Order: sequence, then C-alpha cells, then structure tokens
Amino acid sequence: MLTNLIIGVLASGDGGGTLLDVNPGLIFWTAITFIILVLVLKRVAWKPILTALDNRAKGIEDSLNRAEQAKEEAQKILEENQATLSKAEEESKKIIDQSRIYADNLKEQMLKESKDQQQKIIEDASAEIERKKNAAFEELKNQIADISIIAAEKIMKENIDADKNKKIVEKYLTEISKN
Amino acid sequence: MPVSNMVDSLITAADSVQTTSGNDSGWILHHIMDSRELDFEPFFTIHIPQFPTLFGLDITPTKHVFFMWLTALLLVILFYIVARSYKKSLVPKGITNVCEVMILFVRDEIVKPTLGEGYEKFVPYLLTLFFFILFGNLLGLIPYSSTFTSNIAVTATLAIFSFFAIQIGGIRQNGFFSYVKGLVPKGIPSWMLIIMIPVEILSLFTKPFALAIRLFANMIAGHIVILSMLGLIFFIGTYFVAPASVLFAIFIYLLEILVALIQAYIFTILTSLFIGMAVHQEH
Repeated sequence: MLTNLIIGVLASGDGGGTLLDVNPGLIFWTAITFIILVLVLKRVAWKPILTALDNRAKGIEDSLNRAEQAKEEAQKILEENQATLSKAEEESKKIIDQSRIYADNLKEQMLKESKDQQQKIIEDASAEIERKKNAAFEELKNQIADISIIAAEKIMKENIDADKNKKIVEKYLTEISKN
Repeated sequence: MPVSNMVDSLITAADSVQTTSGNDSGWILHHIMDSRELDFEPFFTIHIPQFPTLFGLDITPTKHVFFMWLTALLLVILFYIVARSYKKSLVPKGITNVCEVMILFVRDEIVKPTLGEGYEKFVPYLLTLFFFILFGNLLGLIPYSSTFTSNIAVTATLAIFSFFAIQIGGIRQNGFFSYVKGLVPKGIPSWMLIIMIPVEILSLFTKPFALAIRLFANMIAGHIVILSMLGLIFFIGTYFVAPASVLFAIFIYLLEILVALIQAYIFTILTSLFIGMAVHQEH
C-alpha cells in the first residue's frame, strides 16, 4: 500500500513528471541565486548589521566601564576631600592652639609690662613726692627763717620787756613747732 | 512522530483519492510540483517563455525559480532597510527589532555554540542560508505562491553548498591531508579501518543527503496533507465533511508555519554543526 502510494504520488502527475525529478536548470538557478544572495547580503546586510550590533555591544560595555571608572574616581575624590578636610581641621586646630598660646604669652607679657610700668610710675611718683617734700621742706626752712627774722623784727620793735620778749619768742616757737 | 502521522493521513487521503475518483491525484502534484507557468486560477495563468539553452542546459526559469527570486529580492530589500536603519540609530525599532532578534538568534544560539571557535567566517553564509530557507518556506504558505524549498533540486543544491562549506571549513583549518586523516577517529584498531574508512567516506555524503531529503520531505508533506484535507471534500462529494476538512487544513497550515521555522533552524544548525565537526576534528 505504501509503495503504491509513493509511486502514485511521486510518479503520477500531469506531463509525466515526478516529485523526484531533478531539473538541472533549477539547480543552475538555485546555485546562481544563492551565491549571489550570499555575496549581496554579506555586503549589503550582514556586515553592516553585525558591525553595528558589535559596536553597540562594545559601546554599552564601554559606557558601563566608564561609569564604573567614574564611580571609582568619584570615590577617590571623595576620600581625598575627606582627607583634605580632616587635614584642614587639624591645621586649623593647630593654628588656634598656637594662637592661644601666643595670646597667653602676649597677655602675660603685657601684664608683666604693665606691672613694671606701674611699679615704675609708683617709683617715679614716690621720687617726685620725695623731691617735692624736700623742696617744700627747703621752702619751709626759708619761710621759717623769714618768719624768724620778721618775728625778730617785731620783737625788736616791741622790745619792751625782756620777759615779754621771751614769752613772745616762745610763743612763736611753739607756734612754729606746732606747724 | 508527527511526520509518520502525516504519512498515515497521507496514505488514507491518497487511498480515498484512489478509491473514489480513480487514479486522479494529479491536481495535488500540480500544486506542488514545479512548472513552466505561474498559476493564478481562476483568473489567469502566465506561461513562461522558453529561454535559449546554455551549454545544452535548459535554463528556462520555472515557477520555483520565480519564487526563489522573489524570496531573494525580499531578503535583500528587507535587510538593506534593516542595515540602513542602524546608520540612523543604534536603537532598533519595529522591523529592525524583529530582524535583529532573528539575526542574533542565528549567530549566538545556532552558529556560535555549534561551530565553536572561528565561527565568524561562516556567519554570512549561515545567516543567508537560514533566512533563504525560512522565507522560502513561509512564502510557500501564501496562496498562489509556490514552495521552492519543497523541490528536491533546490534542497539538493543547498545541501551541496553545505557539503562544500563543511569540506572547505575542515580543509582550511586542518590542511588537506590532516583533514582527510582526521576523518577516521584516532585510536581504533587498524583492522577496523577496513570498515571505518568506507563508513566515514559514506557519512561525508549522507550528511548533506539527509539535509536535502529532510527539508524537501517536510515541506512537501505539509502541503500534500493540506491539499488532501481539502480534496476530501470533493472526493467524498458531500459538504458535511467540509468543516472538519477546513479545520484540519487550518490546523496543518498553522503547523506548517512552525515547520517552516523548525526546518530553517534544523538545516542551519546541522550545517553549522557539521562545519564545526570538520573544523574541530579533535572533538
């Protein structure tokens, strides 16, 4: 039955052809068409398409790599910044410390200087006072002398009584000594 | 196996053909076989004029040649458009997207794993092979067209190209003598060579032979089954069988779409595999 069918299907047909008939012209055209198609498509399609696809794949990979690189770089810069920041902080601390020490020194020095100056002023004042005192004393002496002379004159003028004189002199003298 | 099922249904269909209307299965073959006219029944029929012979060869283009050219033209136009669209933008859109998926499927899923190292040189040939067969198969499913891949001459020619690709790949990689020596597996006893050498030589030719027969038989079987299904209506001579026939025919038609894809895939992957085996003989 199967052979019958195969013969029936393959061998029958109008014009006496069978399905297994090989037409040499068709082989010729298939070969020509296929070869030309391979060459044309290779040039027109496969090469540009595959190149474009490969370029795209490479581009994606590149941009991923670049993103990774940029991330790393950013991380590095961040770390650097942090390092710089902490260094700056340290430095500013140092500067503040230094300036504090300097200020303390300065304060002490100024305090000392002002104390010295005060001392000097006091000393100067004392010396001046001493000098003024001496001058006043000198003047007083001169005045006492003058007063003595005036008193003597008065005594001379009122030289009536020796006792009186004596009393007057004494009176003056006590007055003077009181002063 | 679906093919044997097809054959069974074919047998019953053909039997009924023979019992009901004598020996008249010619109309089925008329639709399947190559001819010198483009049939657009019932509208018109174009008769192809006789070409002058070339070195005694009758090169008059037949129906199958015309549909082969149509396929080739479609492929060139389609992939030219696709290639051009990549110049505008590397982001695929629309038809480019579909084609890109198929191209990458062929390259990365068929050729790369089966052919292995050095696959790049064969990619243009195998891509062309895949799309040529695929479009030929699919074009044959359109009414009024013809399936040139169901012609043994066409599949045999494609298989011959596969044969040459396999041998050229092997010889180019290994050198002629070491390739021929490598055809026989290493390390078998010398008395076995008496058997092995003819077997290996035979297997060189059975591989492309199987490729040719497989594509031819698969493409022709589906069409015969569809035509037989529809033919049942006329042979049994009643309209009651029509719904079942049409449903079955549609089912087979849908199956044919799948078969069109599978056969293009199988022809390409086997060719790629055989080239890979010839190139990397050590495996």
